Amino acid sequence: MGKENIIQIDNHPFTFEPGETLLEVAERNNIFIPTLCHLKGTTPTGACRVCVVEVEGARDLVPSCATPAAPGMKVHSESREVIKARKNIIQLMLSSGNHNCAIRKFDPDDWTSFHLKVLNDDQYNELCPVWGDCKLQDLAYRYQVITKEMPISESKYPMERVNPFILRDFSRCILCGRCVQACREIQVNNAIDFGYRGADAKIVAGTDVPLKDSECVFCGECVQVCPVGALIPKETLATKKRFDESTTNTVRTTCSYCGVGCQLNLTVQDNKIVEVNGVDNCPPNNGSLCVKGRYGYHFVSSENRLTTPLIKKNGSLEKVGWDEALSFVAEKLKEIKEKHGADKMGVLTSARVTNEDNYIAQKFTRAVLKTNNIDHCARL
Amino acid sequence: MAGLAAAFGSGAMTNTIADIETADVILVTGSNTTENHPVLSTFIKRAAMKGTTVIVIDPRKIKLTEHSAKWLRPTPGTDIAWINGLMHVIIEENLMDSDFISNRTEGFDALQETVKKYTPKYVEDITGISSDDIIQTARIFAKAKRASICYCMGITQHTCGTDNVKSLANLSMLCGHLGKPGGGVNPLRGQNNVQGACDMGGLPNVLTAYQKVDDAGALKKFETSWNITGLSSKPGLAVTEMIQKAEHGDFKSLYIIGENPLVSDPDLNHAEKAFKNLEFLVVQDIFLTETASLADVVLPSFCFAEKDGTFSNTERRVQRIRKAVEAPGFAREDWKIICEIATRMGTPMKYDNAEEIFEEIRSVTPSYAGITWERIDKIGIHWPCPTLDHPGTPILHTVQFTRGKGLFHAIDHQPPAELPDNEYPLMLTTGRVIYHYHTGTMTMKSEGLNIMSPECFVEISSGDADRMGIANGEMINVFSRRGKIKARAQISPKAVNGTVFIPFHFAKAAANRLTNAKIDPVAKIPEFKVCAITIEKAA
Repeated sequence: MGKENIIQIDNHPFTFEPGETLLEVAERNNIFIPTLCHLKGTTPTGACRVCVVEVEGARDLVPSCATPAAPGMKVHSESREVIKARKNIIQLMLSSGNHNCAIRKFDPDDWTSFHLKVLNDDQYNELCPVWGDCKLQDLAYRYQVITKEMPISESKYPMERVNPFILRDFSRCILCGRCVQACREIQVNNAIDFGYRGADAKIVAGTDVPLKDSECVFCGECVQVCPVGALIPKETLATKKRFDESTTNTVRTTCSYCGVGCQLNLTVQDNKIVEVNGVDNCPPNNGSLCVKGRYGYHFVSSENRLTTPLIKKNGSLEKVGWDEALSFVAEKLKEIKEKHGADKMGVLTSARVTNEDNYIAQKFTRAVLKTNNIDHCARL
Repeated sequence: MAGLAAAFGSGAMTNTIADIETADVILVTGSNTTENHPVLSTFIKRAAMKGTTVIVIDPRKIKLTEHSAKWLRPTPGTDIAWINGLMHVIIEENLMDSDFISNRTEGFDALQETVKKYTPKYVEDITGISSDDIIQTARIFAKAKRASICYCMGITQHTCGTDNVKSLANLSMLCGHLGKPGGGVNPLRGQNNVQGACDMGGLPNVLTAYQKVDDAGALKKFETSWNITGLSSKPGLAVTEMIQKAEHGDFKSLYIIGENPLVSDPDLNHAEKAFKNLEFLVVQDIFLTETASLADVVLPSFCFAEKDGTFSNTERRVQRIRKAVEAPGFAREDWKIICEIATRMGTPMKYDNAEEIFEEIRSVTPSYAGITWERIDKIGIHWPCPTLDHPGTPILHTVQFTRGKGLFHAIDHQPPAELPDNEYPLMLTTGRVIYHYHTGTMTMKSEGLNIMSPECFVEISSGDADRMGIANGEMINVFSRRGKIKARAQISPKAVNGTVFIPFHFAKAAANRLTNAKIDPVAKIPEFKVCAITIEKAA
């Protein structure tokens, strides 16, 4: 790499690798450039244009996500022109749908009628369900975008609720296309795409059918990448108490289904898992999950969980205390070992429990029972 | 895993998940990857999208065939034949990697001799795969710079499962596709911590890190570490053997942790009898499973979200799990329950926390010795990782095989234990669907997953359905020599004439009432993937 692979961003020089985009160089150097449609690991589409920057000598502003760095480029990441353009883009997006968060400044009359409409169209009587967790809202704040007096546009398409996992609210979709990229280029399930043209544009599944009738396998990658409230996990909405972040915490762990070992962030509220997301930029799954990992967490707080030890008495299992159960097991195992010998006894450890649990199970079998009759269901 | 261990000296994925995406050719066989390992399948599908040649060899027209350049459809239970056929062509056309064979392997001459008779025509007659497809696939695989093989239970759950795996190892070694990025032989593990359970010595013949129980040095090391004497050097029984013995009253007690063999075991009617014959059955689990309800004692334990510890994934990456919620009621952590019982039996086992156990694991497990909880706090490490400054080993066998030289095994085709006949004219193969996991004790607690996949079904080709006058969605009875179930017919383009598929998740119509408990003599895996059945309309 020669000296020539240098660009200036906001009057500071930065080196770049051939092929790197302006956005990538900026991100690597902690220079903020807003993005909405950009999705790491996929082909840049330049669809939303919120990442535009000014390049000296260029006729127009350029989308930084789709513009490769070239030697000697002088880039301004947040010039007046750039800010103006971004404000415009954000304003257009806000006005294009049902973005009822506090960034809207309404006349009282307008506010009432707006809310009545929301109540009509929407099962939520509060603000947008992703309020406080919305990239568009964040950007509107950052760029002080005011939508006062902007007419509220009706959504052409009704909300889709006919599947157990994902709610598709087209009235909040900004057509950034991240869901399409996630579905086609990351998960390669090819379930959704852009459909129709111009003002009718819509993200469609198959030939514009509900997700459940399409190729969709509910991996939820689209939900995880949706920057606004157009795709939301149906259940989270019902169970998670919103606006009460103090009781919510996130715990990083490993998925307990197949052997891939996806890294998960569990969102926990009131001792319950209320949402699961993949951990971005981290192997092995780089943020991706499947339907079981993302939506199959209810067994944890199931009412059918075992809560006390049970001993079979007169043919039926009865609740007992730990002391009784543990002593009973220890006595019985000792008795069988003396009567029949250790090789008539066995332990099935588990592919579901931790390494530490497995280690203790085999240590117990070998060191206490004194047999190698230990196995698990790897074969099944 | 016995097959890979015999060939390479180490029974685990040779390469990493991310590495699969860098292959030029990916051969997927006996793995319905998009349903069983959905996230791993994204690496294969993305590779295909970017130009990698994906070859699927599977009796069912699985989803992945839509992303593959080629789909070869063998008759179930004929894997050795097509693998030998590929090798026949590769040797015949001199496409093998002779340097690799001479420098890194042994046993080639015997292999060459054995595969001589596996001409494309001979293989076509056994497998139903056309000789053209055998020849073309052999060329594609051998000429690739980097070719990866991914397989799963469709290869291993046969009476010849170990030999199937050895055959795949042969194929990869023959072309020198091992020990480098984008290559390898990669068994995809179906359960979150199968790899870890094996690594930890949850097997009858080995201690941690596959140290043999009949290795006096290893036993001595463990006796010293555990401060005891008298460890048994006699290899123990596999689960399938324990159950067979129990059926005849020759096995007395079983302590089962987190497994539900009464749905997952083959030939359930016999298994059920075996469990009832035990003098003492303890089940430690999070739910009152079918197996737990037969137990003398049931002990409530923690699930993954309630405890700290580690899982080892299919690519040998040791990763952390962390406590997120409190366990319900009086449930206790698995290792704590066992330690309590050990102590009450007169051998005190005491640890303050799971990390202390991990430290002990490191001290007796060479491949884990360099891994600490601190090191894997953010990103897991691939074993072997022998020292604290070792970065871990994403790709195995780069310089030499774990056993030294890679060993070719000369293997002949052997038919499944049970083949269709006049009385039972169809082949049954079993597996999972994307929305459920194993015996469903976890997934069936999620309403959404139950909505998407509410009940058992019998996947059947339209040809077979027409012939038998069965309509889509109709209830049918399925019989084998061992049992009977009733389920809904699902006519599907995935099925091929003569073979039906039934998922084994559903206890109400448990596919394993039908399956054959005949096991592979080495790996002791039951033949879940082939047995003979017949079907009829339910009255």
